[in-house]
Amino acid sequence: MRAVDYVPVRSVEEAVAVLAEHGDRAAPLAGGTDLIAQLKEGHRSIDLIVDVKPIPELMELSYDPAAGLWIGGAVPCHRISRSQVVRRHYPALLDSTTLIGGIQIQGRASLGGNVCNASPAADSVPNLIAHSATCHVAGPQGTRTIPLEAFFVGPGQTVLRPGEFLVGFRLPVPPAHFGAAYLRFIPRNEMDIAVVGAGASVVLSPDGQTVQAARIALGAVAPTPLYVPEAGQALVGQPVTEESIARAAQIARDAARPITDMRGTVAQRKHLAGVLTARALRIAIDRARGTKTVDSLGRLNGHA
Amino acid sequence: MGANPKLDPIRGEGSGNGSRPQPSYKVIGTRPIRPDGVDKVTGRALYGADVRFPDLLHGKVLRSPHARARIRSIDTSQAEALPGVKAVVTGADLPTAEDRFEDLGEGGINLRYLSENVLAHGRVLYHGHPVAAVAAVSPHIAEEALSLIQVDYEVLPPVMTLEEAMAEDAPILLEELRTDEMGERGNRPTNVAAHFRYELGNVEEGFAQADLVVEREFRTQTVHQGYIEPQMATALYDQDGQITIWTSTQGSFSVRSQVAEILQIPVSRIRVVPMEIGGGFGGKITVYLEPVAVLLSRKAGYRPVKLVMSRAEVLMATGPTSGSRIRMKMGATRDGRIVAAEAELVYEAGAFPGSPVGSGAVVLLAPYNIPNVRIDGYDVVVNRPRASAYRAPGGTNAAFASESVVDELARKLGLDPLEFRLKNGAKEGDRMANGLPHPKIGYLETVEAIRNSEHYNAPLEGRGRGRGRGVASGYWGNWGGKSSATAVLNADGTVTLNEASTDIGGTRASIAMQFAESLGIPYEKVKIRVVDTDCVSYNDVTGGSRTTFGTGLAAYELGQKMKAAMIQRLADIWGVSPEEVVYEEMVFSAGENRVTFDEAAKLIERRSTPVMVEAEVYGKKYGPAFSTQCVDVEVDVETGKVTILRYTIAQDAGKAIHPAYVEGQMQGGVAQGVGWALNEEYVYDREGHLLNASLLDYRMPTALDLPMIETLIVEVPNPGHPYGVRGVGEVNIVPPAAALANAIYDAIGVRMTELPMNPARLLEAILAKQAQESTQPA
Amino acid sequence: MPERKKRMITTTINGEEITFLCEPRQTLLEVLRDELGLTGSKEGCGNGNCGACNVLLDGVLVNACLVLAPEVEGRELVTIEGIAPGGELTLLQQKFLEHAALQCGICTPGFIVAAKALLDENPSPTEHDVRLWLAGNLCRCTGYDKIVRAVLDTAAALQAAQTTPTEVA
Repeated sequence: MRAVDYVPVRSVEEAVAVLAEHGDRAAPLAGGTDLIAQLKEGHRSIDLIVDVKPIPELMELSYDPAAGLWIGGAVPCHRISRSQVVRRHYPALLDSTTLIGGIQIQGRASLGGNVCNASPAADSVPNLIAHSATCHVAGPQGTRTIPLEAFFVGPGQTVLRPGEFLVGFRLPVPPAHFGAAYLRFIPRNEMDIAVVGAGASVVLSPDGQTVQAARIALGAVAPTPLYVPEAGQALVGQPVTEESIARAAQIARDAARPITDMRGTVAQRKHLAGVLTARALRIAIDRARGTKTVDSLGRLNGHA
Repeated sequence: MGANPKLDPIRGEGSGNGSRPQPSYKVIGTRPIRPDGVDKVTGRALYGADVRFPDLLHGKVLRSPHARARIRSIDTSQAEALPGVKAVVTGADLPTAEDRFEDLGEGGINLRYLSENVLAHGRVLYHGHPVAAVAAVSPHIAEEALSLIQVDYEVLPPVMTLEEAMAEDAPILLEELRTDEMGERGNRPTNVAAHFRYELGNVEEGFAQADLVVEREFRTQTVHQGYIEPQMATALYDQDGQITIWTSTQGSFSVRSQVAEILQIPVSRIRVVPMEIGGGFGGKITVYLEPVAVLLSRKAGYRPVKLVMSRAEVLMATGPTSGSRIRMKMGATRDGRIVAAEAELVYEAGAFPGSPVGSGAVVLLAPYNIPNVRIDGYDVVVNRPRASAYRAPGGTNAAFASESVVDELARKLGLDPLEFRLKNGAKEGDRMANGLPHPKIGYLETVEAIRNSEHYNAPLEGRGRGRGRGVASGYWGNWGGKSSATAVLNADGTVTLNEASTDIGGTRASIAMQFAESLGIPYEKVKIRVVDTDCVSYNDVTGGSRTTFGTGLAAYELGQKMKAAMIQRLADIWGVSPEEVVYEEMVFSAGENRVTFDEAAKLIERRSTPVMVEAEVYGKKYGPAFSTQCVDVEVDVETGKVTILRYTIAQDAGKAIHPAYVEGQMQGGVAQGVGWALNEEYVYDREGHLLNASLLDYRMPTALDLPMIETLIVEVPNPGHPYGVRGVGEVNIVPPAAALANAIYDAIGVRMTELPMNPARLLEAILAKQAQESTQPA
Repeated sequence: MPERKKRMITTTINGEEITFLCEPRQTLLEVLRDELGLTGSKEGCGNGNCGACNVLLDGVLVNACLVLAPEVEGRELVTIEGIAPGGELTLLQQKFLEHAALQCGICTPGFIVAAKALLDENPSPTEHDVRLWLAGNLCRCTGYDKIVRAVLDTAAALQAAQTTPTEVA
């Protein structure tokens, strides 16, 4: 690794000042599971590492029955997945925080880091879109809020301006009869980058028979994580049937515009986009109906 | 060595009859805790990278970013000027190696190529080929210095595949290479390093007798051994010219020979200290860093230099075993006799000749007695790292082809695949493709063990509807090799055993157990150590499944010799003849005289000559190993993903000295075979850059990818070993790819002929089959 | 160009307060191994994919290769060397030996640290729980069978030791 300086910062203001001063020669450090690996491998070159973990807001995980869930940008996955509130209200978030890396990666890796790394395959993003998350950003011009689906510009690129950094996420309180799920397909059963990921959420009618709202987002099928509003829209007002699920899956599949790389081919990814969308929808529907539960540790087993 | 028949009662009984009653052993067959165990669960065991010295320098290697290029020039001046840098070396620092073929480990290599693989000489032949190296006061400074070395490359188009390499107008990797055409040297430049043929009977006549012929072409990709400990080496070149190398290797003497040849230094000036080794599987025989560390140490002013590879370097520039293309044709009669087999095996050698195509050709049909056989083998260079040994080298590729075709024949003949194997299975005296007859073997016994297993007889729910069961068999010839060891009697009745077979998987335990059995003492009384190259005589590598057999022979002999020596000393003390001394149940007696083993040790130290014995063996009567395996899978037809539901292995161990470690070898070999079969492969881009040089994208199985692996140890004793040991390390990796392919066919009716059978390939095959079925009239 | 100046870090390792000098670019793993001589944590991949360098950082399982040394200021670390508090082998370590759950042993420290973290959080894991938890630790020798058995057997023995006195009472 090239020589680099390290500075811990203790407030959002301090972070903004340091980051603004050093521009792209500085980078915020949360869990480091992407950043440190990239620096070691020479994929990235900076002069200053700004450790944002000492900032209280960045490490805060809290729930407010009105405002919903706050996830500080540096909160590690293992804290999120062990939160009772998350287990109760945010099932797709639980899915994704239990399958990013291995347990030891989850001990450090944060959603802020995963989102800002802006990989099209990021496992945290489709679930956050399904949960209607917004990004809270601080910078020299103050703070702003961005829906997660509008956060990405291209592979490794976000809408963050120079000096801006991600403080955390707000997830609204889910309505009644809500269910969500995140599934990813990998060749092994753990420790891989998603070939395709699919996050889905639904709001059902009180009798559980009709879809009132749905959100579907895909990973690894476009230059950025891909929100597919038309797939969710197609379900609204529809009865919960295999046919309606298949229709939404087909729309998701058609929306996918993947590339062929060493992790998957165009044909495979388009096919899987459909398969995973359908599967994620089925799990989300079961959860909305309360007919499927997660295991004793709060994990959904058998993710694709 | 071991010539005294009086000392050798058990070996005398070994008449080649596997059905003789098993002797009752006291130590062999038990499961004691290994001597190095505590150090390994506490983190105290010292591996190669754990070597520390106060004045230690850290080295790093500059590697080629190109798959094929000429080196016009290398300028190291800026790197040398960086503060903290103590030495920089390039290929120019190596003496000109001799153009001579030597076997310095497991398989031979031209010394010139061995040297060129350590540091490039004027040309680079794969992405990651070492070009220069730096020693500095910290690893980070060494790394910075690498970026200051200017290399001027003339980039050339790479040759990445067998097809490209064998094309008429193929670029030639090695201008000097000529085909070894069945012993004759070819007369034109080529990428085909060798072509050989094995022939038995008359293949054309054989196929004419066949009622059913199956022919298919199979492909496998380059894969890596995947040991968790990256290569490393620390060297100290002393002011007096004495060299010490600390490294983790499968063969300390092999390292000594290779370094001596490459640097043209007499072996007597080199001491190799084997550290604990973190996995090898064949990949830690060839030297990569050791000669470089020696050069750097001398140039840096006789300071110790440590080089440790990163994982990316390990994947780019060490190990891998050959990708291959195999055409397999087999014919059988209606009543289920295989009458002819013909095959062409083409293996990637990597940048320099020497793929394991030869052993692949032997493994291919070894389980069967087939009268008419023709096998052609080709060794082909491509711009990938030089292939090195990997557990039963060449065998998995070959068995994937032959055992898939055997399965298809059995199915088409309507025969149970195990019955088909029993009908055609090889027995003692049957000739293999290379013309050699099998010695006493236990192949049929492994097939019967699976046939009688609970697993094979249990119904599989959903079979043929996404779930399937497959079987396959495998052969490995094993090896004996040379070992030497010493044993010292201590006054407290313990024995210190010094041997030099580096211990990768518990061989200290299996060797100490054989010694204890031979001397008739408990295992706990043996203190066993792996010593350096100055302490005992030559030892072959820990490879070829030879250690428990070969070094075990030495241990057996040590036990017999120590018993004889103690009897001799006691006879002297007691004034009787040695023949009068009886040794039973750890008690020596002669008439009125009677001492326990411990008392004898003390008595001898007080009143007689010290007891130290030595043994030198060259084990030639090694016994081949067979394995038959059964696997149940579930295929997700929407994604192409295979889940292994159940796995059972039956393997002929000859005699399992430490059954837990035999089981471990069986399970570990299968795990590697599963990885090879389902997900592992090298992915290169068109320019020859390795794209997946990390453990994220080189996908070895995790704990979540495997079930418990059931083991059935079959024991058909090897008559060439006093306890019947065969060697168990390698054969278990041979069948898994074929067993899985056969299970996948059983599950969904798709015949996979290319490894890895990863979800992308399997999904493609499933979708193609669905498309075909939907266009066919019902 | 940033300076290569070393900084002083004070942290608690295996119950002892320790101060060391490091460059910011050094990882925790480098400091443990090269500066402090705690070589029980191994480097198998350097980027968080093998688990051989697993340590507990404030009780949380992490890869030491992906922690920067200055990040551990004021924190508490447990490495394989400190996993057995009194020096006697823990039951988990004993079970690894009894079950022959290691061959070459290079991955063993990481597995033991990870398995300890599992049993601390979930004293009665299923086979699936163990396999899922240990999926971030690669072993190339054993096929995992004996490792999983050793962990399950440890859990069972610990559970039995805990419940027996109550049952007797």
